[in-house]
Parts: sequence; C-alpha cells; structure tokens
Amino acid sequence: MKVTVNGEPLELSEPANVAELVARSAESTKGVAVAVNTELVPKSTWAEHWLTDGDRIELLKAAQGG
Amino acid sequence: MPQPDPMIIAGEPFSSRLVMGTGGAPGLDVLERALIASGTQMTTVALRRLDPDAPGSVLDVIERAGSRVLPNTAGCFTAAEAVLTAKLARDAFETDWVKLEVIGDEDTLLPEVTELVDAAEQLVADGFVVLPYTTDDPVVARRLEGVGCAAVMPLGSPIGSGSGIRNPYNLAIIREQVSVPVILDAGIGTASDAALAMELGCDGVLLATAVTRAHDPALMATAMRHAVEAGRLAHLAGRIPRRLYARASTGFEGMPTLSPDPTGPEATRTYDDRPDL
Repeated sequence: MKVTVNGEPLELSEPANVAELVARSAESTKGVAVAVNTELVPKSTWAEHWLTDGDRIELLKAAQGG
Repeated sequence: MPQPDPMIIAGEPFSSRLVMGTGGAPGLDVLERALIASGTQMTTVALRRLDPDAPGSVLDVIERAGSRVLPNTAGCFTAAEAVLTAKLARDAFETDWVKLEVIGDEDTLLPEVTELVDAAEQLVADGFVVLPYTTDDPVVARRLEGVGCAAVMPLGSPIGSGSGIRNPYNLAIIREQVSVPVILDAGIGTASDAALAMELGCDGVLLATAVTRAHDPALMATAMRHAVEAGRLAHLAGRIPRRLYARASTGFEGMPTLSPDPTGPEATRTYDDRPDL
C-alpha cells in the first residue's frame, strides 16, 4: 500500500492506522494534528482510522510563526 | 501605579494587552526570554508539517512563559484552507480560539478580505472564537463584527515591514465603529508605534518581528510591554488638544512692569486665545 506523508511517498507492508503512523514520527501526540485527504482526523479517532492506498496524509504540529 | 484595566475578549480578561507572535526568533531560548520579558498572556503559533528532527517545542516554551496558545492560520490563501487549518489547530491544541489569517498575495501579505469574512462566518458557526487579521478598512471591520468575530485585528502596515501605523485615522474610525476589542496586528517597528496604537484607542497590540528580529529581543519585549501600558494609560488619561501656537502654562497676570516705558508691550500682553487645532 502506497501513501503520501507530508509530501513524501511511503510504502506500508501491512495495514496501519493513523495512531500508528503518528507514533513513527512523533515522541508525543501533544500539539499534533492529522489530516487525511484534506479532512481532519480527530485525535479521538486515530486508532480506528485505517489508511487506504493512495491516502495523502498531513502530520502537523505547532511551529513558530503568524 | 494605577491598576491596569483588563482587556476582555469573549468574556475572558487579560491583564496584559500585548499579544505576541513567535515568527522570526533565531531560537527557542531567545523566544522564551522575550515572551517572559513581554509579560504576554496570549501567544500565537502556526501549524506546520511535523519534523521529527526539529529540536524542542514551541508549545513548551509558551507554557513555561505562562501564556495561553492562540493558534493561527498563517499561510492560508483561501477560506477553505483557513477553516481546515483552524479545525486541525483546535484538535492539536484543545482550544477553539483562532487568529484567522487569509492572505491575498505573497508580496504584500495583505488580507484577502472576501475569503476572510467567509472563513470567519463558517468558523463562528462552528463554535470558534475568531480573531481575524484584517485590513485597516472600517467597513470590513464592521462586517467581521457582524458575522460574530470576538475581536478585529487591523494592520498598521504590512506584516514584518516595521513601518508602523500608516493610517491612524482609519484605526480611530474602526475603534469608534465596532464594539468588540480592536487589536493592532502587524507593522509595529518599535515601541513608539505600539504606544501610538494604544493612544488611538486600540485595546491591544499583536507583534512578533519587532521583538524577535530586534538586536536584543528580550530588551525590546520589555520596551513593548511598557509602551503598551503607557499608551493605554495615556488613552485613559485623555491627551490635551493639539495647537498651532503656544499656550502659556504661566499667565501674564500679576507680571510686574520692569521696563522703563510703562506703556510698552508688556502692558498690553494677553493670553493667546487662538482655537485648538
């Protein structure tokens, strides 16, 4: 299964949910938000939201600016 | 010292009227010292792609400085992008407050006001407390208040330009025409700009670059804190009218005649009674 994470292609050999994907990149879920295919995936549903082929995922966190 | 009156936004009091941005700081340690020196109680952050290698957390810095987090939608060019960014920020930071920014072009970074009003309306309907960054146009400010924004945040001059307040008359009109708090956002270059905004009647000032890119950010943050407080007090105190000619603080009454000529000019001197400007 191929997905795109923050603009970079990622090959997943087995099914993964959003919670697992976040855990690969972030030490803590504090201040992290996720969009899949330009829709918010609320933190409370990360473990139940399974990724599908072609998904475009944005993993976001707080940054200086604005 | 008189107790400063709080700025109240959406029913919440802030004893500091200085809202801080975080862009432009050379490092998180510098930012932390500046935020603490500013005395701010509200600090805005952007939402960007997670970088696993980036050191430290801007959220921890803001927390240690004793400030609440105000997420922003910096970098959004359409209402749809801004609304989604606000929803992502609400999920990330567990706050329904948002500094709404919808930018029209990359050169001026001026607000795209039609998209801004559209996004504000959608976010208010979704329960957000919306603080929109807008132009210094009083008509747009009234529209934003009309769709339910909790404050309006007009610019003084373009973001990061440090050009101060280019149209003070518009700000004065906005302050008269809306009843929600008015926070001057963007363009502040130095302390006198922040003081002027407050003297004009603004309820608060939001700035970032003027502090973060100053030679000594913590020192400039201290200057800004004092400027905002001084400007607020001056506004409450009520300035004297401007005059073209002098008005003597000491009158001519009781002046002795010390000239050898008792009919000389001293005998006929009077107060200037020309009108104020």
